[in-house]
Amino acid sequence: MDLILQQMPTVLKALNVGFLQTLKLFVATGLGAFPLGLVIAFGSMSRFKPLSLLTRFVVWVVRGTPLMIQLLIIYYFPGMVLKNNIWGSGEAGRFLASAIAFIFNYACYFSEIYRGGIQSIPRGQQEAGMVLGMTRSQIFFRVTLLQVIKRIVPPMSNEIITLVKDTALARIIALQEIIWAGQSFLKGSHGIAGAIWPLFFTAVYYLAFTGVVTLVLGRLEKRLDYFR
Amino acid sequence: MAILDVKNIHKSFGRTEVLKGISFSLEKGQVVSVIGSSGSGKTTLLRCLNFLETPDGGSIAVNGETLFDAAEPATQREADIRRKRLHFGLVFQSFNLFPQYTALENVTLAGKLLAKEEPDYKTRKKELFAQIDGEARALLAQMGLSDRMDNYPHQLSGGQQQRVAIARALALRPDILCFDEPTSALDPELTQEVLRVIRQLADRQTTMVIVTHEMAFARDVSTHVLFMDGGVVVESGPPEQVIGAPSQERTRRFLESFTRP
Repeated sequence: MDLILQQMPTVLKALNVGFLQTLKLFVATGLGAFPLGLVIAFGSMSRFKPLSLLTRFVVWVVRGTPLMIQLLIIYYFPGMVLKNNIWGSGEAGRFLASAIAFIFNYACYFSEIYRGGIQSIPRGQQEAGMVLGMTRSQIFFRVTLLQVIKRIVPPMSNEIITLVKDTALARIIALQEIIWAGQSFLKGSHGIAGAIWPLFFTAVYYLAFTGVVTLVLGRLEKRLDYFR
Repeated sequence: MAILDVKNIHKSFGRTEVLKGISFSLEKGQVVSVIGSSGSGKTTLLRCLNFLETPDGGSIAVNGETLFDAAEPATQREADIRRKRLHFGLVFQSFNLFPQYTALENVTLAGKLLAKEEPDYKTRKKELFAQIDGEARALLAQMGLSDRMDNYPHQLSGGQQQRVAIARALALRPDILCFDEPTSALDPELTQEVLRVIRQLADRQTTMVIVTHEMAFARDVSTHVLFMDGGVVVESGPPEQVIGAPSQERTRRFLESFTRP
């Protein structure tokens, strides 16, 4: 116990650095996957059959294979096949590869939630807008969208909380996020070696982070309570 | 000149022919009620008038302008249809109010969006919006909803919701206001408050096409009644004739179903 207390400041410092990278990956995935998911949702709902079939095929592949494998393929495939490691050898390249894998993977999950949300809005809402001379985009943005958002907040909350913890998967391509930082004390880092507790301790960070996310999403859900 | 001239409208869904050549016309200020059993094509007819369905044959003219002619592709351009819809207003059976907007916002939303298309929108925005708000308040007051303007739809009764929907349709000043079974989702008491409002509109010479199952109301408020069955107009004329003394066997049988317990 004394030893842990003694190691604590060094470990926390390293974990904080790792957590910052975790947080960056989380934010990047959100910023990319929220809009991309909408694009994919529209693709899968397209009346142009080849487009909707292709989109649904891609969604099936992405949802049907482990994110960890997708990370490995995106990171190593260009170097293997093109003989050109487009990601470089630094942390920035690993981050970019991770972000792309996460954005694409999560966008596919989000797209299905969006699609369900959009299709759950009664057709009469759209027809009421049409009869009132609104354009398609006015109907989507002024009538449908907020109703969709209200309906998808609970399932999206689930995905977002899963995302917080899924960022740990980027460890597989050595992104220096919090798991990587915790694990570094096993082999030895900052003069500490053979310590496994820092790895266990990362759970506290995840728990605190999901706590904050849960609060924010709960508040959003409440904000949308004013209509039914 | 007739304000509305509908000629020989045909519409099929797959192999089912729902409308088999419907024609009627309407003068300004007239009220036509369309009666008939479920599946007779009444609602499809209204949806054709509002361009929610595209007829397979026939034509629709308002004030002498051909809005739709199945034989002329030039009248069917997607880009023009949105504007053409504005000749008609439609009140739905299930109200279809926008739940995230207050009663007042429901009435003003479309008008404010349309105002953006005015050439002087940017300079006159405030003035335009104030005018739209003022008219909407007056309409809601006319519907007896002065104290409900800031309520959201879920805080209103069905009858109040339907009256907001009527105000919403009137706000765009359509040439012809259509009602698709406006009271079918309401209990008898709420039905009366909505019918009262429609009657008031008829007294003010609002041109209306009303699909309804309320026979007493249809008889009382209409200048014309169309009885539809199997996608055709079986009988049409003044209400005293069609409802009071029907000449067709099918009309009689339909009307009897209302009087029998």
